[in-house]
Amino acid sequence: MQWETVIGLEIHAQLATKSKIFSGASTAYGAEPNTQACAIDLGLPGVLPVLNQEAVRMAVKFGLAIGATVTPRSVFARKNYFYPDLPKGYQISQYDLPVVGNGQTTISVDGEEKVVGITRAHLEEDAGKSLHEDFHGFSGIDLNRAGTPLLEIVSEPDMRSAKEAVAYMKKLHALVRYLEICDGNMQEGSFRCDANVSVRPKGQEKFGTRAEIKNLNSFRFVEKAINYEVERQIEILESGGQVIQETRLYDSVKDETRSMRSKEEANDYRYFPDPDLLPLEIGPDFIEHVRKDLPELPDVKRDRFKSKYGLNDYDAEVLTATRELATYFEAVVKAAGCDAKLCANWVMGDLAAALNKAGLEIEQSPVQPDRLAGLVQRIADDTISGKIAKQVFEALWESGETADAIIEHQGLKQITDTGAIEAIIDEIIAANPDQVAGYKSGKDKLFGFFVGQAMKATGGKANPAQLNDLLKKKLQ
Amino acid sequence: MHEKTIAELALGLKNKEYSSQELTQAFLSRVKTLNPDLNAFITVTEESALAAAEGADAALARGEAGPLTGIPIAQKDIFCTKGVRSSCGSKMLDNFISPYDATVVERFNQAGTVMLGKLNMDEFAMGSSNETSFYGPVKNPWDTGTVPGGSSGGSASAVAARLVPGATGTDTGGSIRQPAAFCGITGLKPTYGLVSRWGMIAFASSLDQAGPMARTAEDCALMLQAMAGFDPRDSTSVDQPVPDYSATLGQPLEGLRIGLPREFFGEGLDSEIARLIHEAVDEYRKLGATVKDISLPNMHLSGPAYYVVAPAECSSNLARLDGVRYGYRCAEPKDLKDLYMRSRGEGFGAEVKRRILIGTYALSAGYYDAYYLKAQKIRRLISEDFKRAYQEVDVIMGPTSPSVAFRFGEKSADPIAMYLSDIYTIAVNLAGLPGMSIPVGFSGKLPVGMQIIGNYFSEAQLLNVAHRYQQVTDWHRRSPSL
Repeated sequence: MQWETVIGLEIHAQLATKSKIFSGASTAYGAEPNTQACAIDLGLPGVLPVLNQEAVRMAVKFGLAIGATVTPRSVFARKNYFYPDLPKGYQISQYDLPVVGNGQTTISVDGEEKVVGITRAHLEEDAGKSLHEDFHGFSGIDLNRAGTPLLEIVSEPDMRSAKEAVAYMKKLHALVRYLEICDGNMQEGSFRCDANVSVRPKGQEKFGTRAEIKNLNSFRFVEKAINYEVERQIEILESGGQVIQETRLYDSVKDETRSMRSKEEANDYRYFPDPDLLPLEIGPDFIEHVRKDLPELPDVKRDRFKSKYGLNDYDAEVLTATRELATYFEAVVKAAGCDAKLCANWVMGDLAAALNKAGLEIEQSPVQPDRLAGLVQRIADDTISGKIAKQVFEALWESGETADAIIEHQGLKQITDTGAIEAIIDEIIAANPDQVAGYKSGKDKLFGFFVGQAMKATGGKANPAQLNDLLKKKLQ
Repeated sequence: MHEKTIAELALGLKNKEYSSQELTQAFLSRVKTLNPDLNAFITVTEESALAAAEGADAALARGEAGPLTGIPIAQKDIFCTKGVRSSCGSKMLDNFISPYDATVVERFNQAGTVMLGKLNMDEFAMGSSNETSFYGPVKNPWDTGTVPGGSSGGSASAVAARLVPGATGTDTGGSIRQPAAFCGITGLKPTYGLVSRWGMIAFASSLDQAGPMARTAEDCALMLQAMAGFDPRDSTSVDQPVPDYSATLGQPLEGLRIGLPREFFGEGLDSEIARLIHEAVDEYRKLGATVKDISLPNMHLSGPAYYVVAPAECSSNLARLDGVRYGYRCAEPKDLKDLYMRSRGEGFGAEVKRRILIGTYALSAGYYDAYYLKAQKIRRLISEDFKRAYQEVDVIMGPTSPSVAFRFGEKSADPIAMYLSDIYTIAVNLAGLPGMSIPVGFSGKLPVGMQIIGNYFSEAQLLNVAHRYQQVTDWHRRSPSL
């Protein structure tokens, strides 16, 4: 039987506010345990939540970026359950009236474009952390994370492969970073997802029974966990069994998913509107104010890069993957004032490779856009060849000098004087009569020998095109 | 000295008839003598009270005194007080020393009052007789064989016995008004949102409201002035100017339209109480008011709605008391589940457990619509009843409670009988309106209270209405012989 995979993702993006969603405590990562938890985060008797306006602004920004409706009156609800890292015994979240409803985004997999629906996005507070190592026979509780604002983004079950799920997650990862509402740090858990996975016979309309895989915090894990889960479910169905609705955990070491709890064991969260918080009212003025603050979105930027700079799909996609990279690229083009394709090649090629090797982000590049532009200009105007350019780039990386200064004092300028090149060719022809004879008798391959000799004699600085032309003429 | 009202004591302080320290000593010694029997105080803060009194005397000497500077008061133990046990009447918080002050406490401190201690109450404010307190029942000073009412029973008993001239209370379904009635004092539950709930340990967040309990409406006005006002730490507190409550006291009542809801005078009301309420209303006629029979047709639904909403909210509010971070923890828990179950099982009393169970049930999947959602609809209906009534009348009057103070144990075995004690007060909380109880006479040797219900944010008017009555009567001046 042919099986079809159906995937929906719930992404948790930690919003990049300075303070928590319902208290004034700092959200900075990595502090000593329980040093960033105030009376509200600890859930002391008598404390009350007050909503952080900045978190609302960020949620609205996201809503506008995915073309969603911003709910004029949304409601915070309590999700009740007991856990030691949940201080109040309930999480403040949104239930039937989320702040953002019904948007979409377009992903591209193997050249195919596909629209993925986004059902909703709601604001909620994060729980603390339970630490099970280092406490023999006990668990430690760190409430620094308790009350950190999260935007939970729920997709429609629109994805049909692990690849599509990863593409969607990457798409949203880029988007939240473009919008500067989330730092996207997946290792620290700032951007993570739960995947709802089911399979059904191809052509069947009804969804199969799904399993929810919790807390996937890398693109690779999303792909591997889904692929494992799909195989597991198909195996069960093909051997005549039934998939049970349950929550599963992905073990990245063993590369498998394991049952965490079944539907029967699932909590009844007893949601009800939080009486400590008034409904969240968002007026058109606030929305317009946020809209004005929206940056150019990745899709729009990609299309502009194609039309304005004549870049192909691939280049435009890569260069707009992050806002920082796109900004860098545009700064190079602007400073160089020429050949955007050449600029793109250098940014995506040698620069990207060097950054990758050094483990640096684009905004940490030792080669600033104007200096890279200086190099590109000298390639474009034939001052140096592409080969010499690599040598210049290395010097750019190591020193703070401009490309022109490096070319000047290293004497790397290309030889374009016809007379000078001819003189060198004449010497080579005179010194190698056998090879000349061989070439003339039809051994075309020997042409490369003459080019090599000429480059050797000029220290690689002869203009390659000119050298070819003149050699051909002289060897006739 | 202890027979004086807050207003009179403030005058004495200003005129240097006595110092705040002398006043504080005098009330503290009364507490020492009488509290062992009455059990109104859970904690007496003698040392910090004397220090505060010294500070108040310095302020008085510098001429920087406000209307409440140097006045002894006491706080219901539901309010968090920094460095002082804040138990909420429960074993669960018996060891809880709050690291912060409630807004109400902070404001009284800023006003220069002297806190004598923390007052007994029903556990987590759940009760109408003060019999559910972990610290034992409070006695009614008018008859120590009867209850003082609840949940602010310690506050009412302490004020009635003249252990303190004024105290704070909180009212979720009648917890200020009913004990005020049982103990023959004056109590005001303000409009929801007038007084900040920050630092007030939550029972039912959408109903809880703090208010003053004192001998007279004039004293309640002085206290409310200190308590009321917007607090950015409470999202449900209302951001609007606070009027001068004392300034409008004494205004004439000519033309005041009083509504008497027929639902308040039906079956179940003690006939002696009914008679005294009508007598008080006659007093108002003499003061120029007109009286009209009105109807609040959905009144009978207020009990069922209240006993869904309040337990539902409390089941969630009390979840934080899990023995993990603070409060009571069972001895030697076997594992996490055992820690939760035994800490809560041993830490909470029977009435609290009953309400947590009812509330958890009402919010459960499959029951939510039938209970919680329906109760919310009833709340709207009740609000609309009042809204309609206030198109015809200015204030509504009726009994505060269907009976006078009952005897210990009389209703504690029958929760429904106990719940009926609040039958006239809970609708006011469901609608978020302000309500008062003032003493209007005695049935036998026990005081009877009349409830006065106003429109939203009409506290100034309510206080004036109560004050005018107290100018021509002396029920509020009677004190129990102890």
